[in-house]
Amino acid sequence: MDNRRKYVIPGDTITTGPLRPEQNVILDGNKIISTLVGISEIYEDSVRVIPLTGKYIPEINDLVIGKVISHTSLSWELDINSCYVGFLPAQDVFGRDFSAHADELSSKLKSGDLVAARIANFDRTRDPLITISDRDLGKIDSGDLVKISPSRVPRLIGKRGSMIQMIEMATNAAITIGQNGWVVVSCETREGLLKAKKAIEMVNKQAHVANLTDQVKEMLEKKDES
Amino acid sequence: MGGRDTTMVLLDENGVRCDGRKIDEPRRIMIKAGGLKNADGSAYIEFGDNKILVGVFGPRDVHPKHMSNTDTGILRVRYHMEPFSVSERKNPAPSRREIEISKVIKEALEPAVMLEKFPRTAVDVFIEVLQADGGTRCAALSAASVALADAGIPMRDMVAACASGKVADTIVLDINNEEDQAGQADMPIGYMPSLEKITLLQLDGILTPDEYKKCVDVGIAGCKIVYELQKKALYEKYFGKGDN
Repeated sequence: MDNRRKYVIPGDTITTGPLRPEQNVILDGNKIISTLVGISEIYEDSVRVIPLTGKYIPEINDLVIGKVISHTSLSWELDINSCYVGFLPAQDVFGRDFSAHADELSSKLKSGDLVAARIANFDRTRDPLITISDRDLGKIDSGDLVKISPSRVPRLIGKRGSMIQMIEMATNAAITIGQNGWVVVSCETREGLLKAKKAIEMVNKQAHVANLTDQVKEMLEKKDES
Repeated sequence: MGGRDTTMVLLDENGVRCDGRKIDEPRRIMIKAGGLKNADGSAYIEFGDNKILVGVFGPRDVHPKHMSNTDTGILRVRYHMEPFSVSERKNPAPSRREIEISKVIKEALEPAVMLEKFPRTAVDVFIEVLQADGGTRCAALSAASVALADAGIPMRDMVAACASGKVADTIVLDINNEEDQAGQADMPIGYMPSLEKITLLQLDGILTPDEYKKCVDVGIAGCKIVYELQKKALYEKYFGKGDN
């Protein structure tokens, strides 16, 4: 591990100097202090900490996987594995001519349905507003849900998507990763599905290991022969 | 505790205390991060004969709803002693003392925890004292801070806690149960080591201004020892042993 990356716990001074504090760090005088358990990264002009634990906090434009909890006559509520519930207004699904009298919400999404959605707005004073009106968003009809820690999501994606591409290539599975730590895996063959799930579990358990990509690759290839 | 008469020798002429420790020596401390599967974060501490388990939930929805705050999250702490934690069965209902310690620990953690990041939510800290032997509030506070870090709740700094006090006219570190009962003063201190700030300071007993200053310094030195162990506990859980 090079000196730009470091293991930190809350209160650890990462560095001093004129750098911009980004995620999960605070500035105290000229010291930059971590607020979480994680790995600190120092870039040219900024510092951030990638957390190793913690709940999902919604951010605008995040792709998340949600589960419908309930609906009123005007909106759905989705469990997005966070401390806030996702709010999906009916207009988003039915269009602007939505009428609470004529349209029945449960005809489109029922409780328990899985949905791929995007955080449209979130300003901390209200519950996050989500949308499914975009390409690749909407109800998920097939696939298995795997729950991992939201803090492992960057690791599962890998650098420029290297990890997830490798898993997809090796197993022929289609994997949708929600930033909230919920992952949907679908695959035509049962072996591929099981292997992809195993690989995701492996990333979840061993996220701090240095050359994880190689280890996952090894695991995926080994199963091929047997 | 104004120095009750006792037959026990609290400090002998060689500077050895009733349990064989030196005046600036803490009890044996062991901290473990994690361990509970269903809690979002947890920690276990053995502080001499104290055994304390802490579980943390959150941030999560506030129930009852009227307690929630639109500007910030809230911190709720419950300190509870098991009926079997002391030699005579303790009634499991919250006592006046437990309610006070819950409040004191909550207020000692609040400066560290960045609750303003999660408005309308609550962070719940449950502290269960399995075995008590003096200094449980400090041990509980130290463990609670590890459990909060384990839960991934943003904190400005860890909070380490340790008591100091006056026994047989000497300032000593880490008061145990006997010294607490028969000693002259007991001062629990909660301290944020990196920010160098005190978050908890109580004093039961009488000290001169000089003794008071020394007592605070000794207590802070103890907090730094505890901090190293908190750090070690988190490193062991998240980064494997001896890394970095």
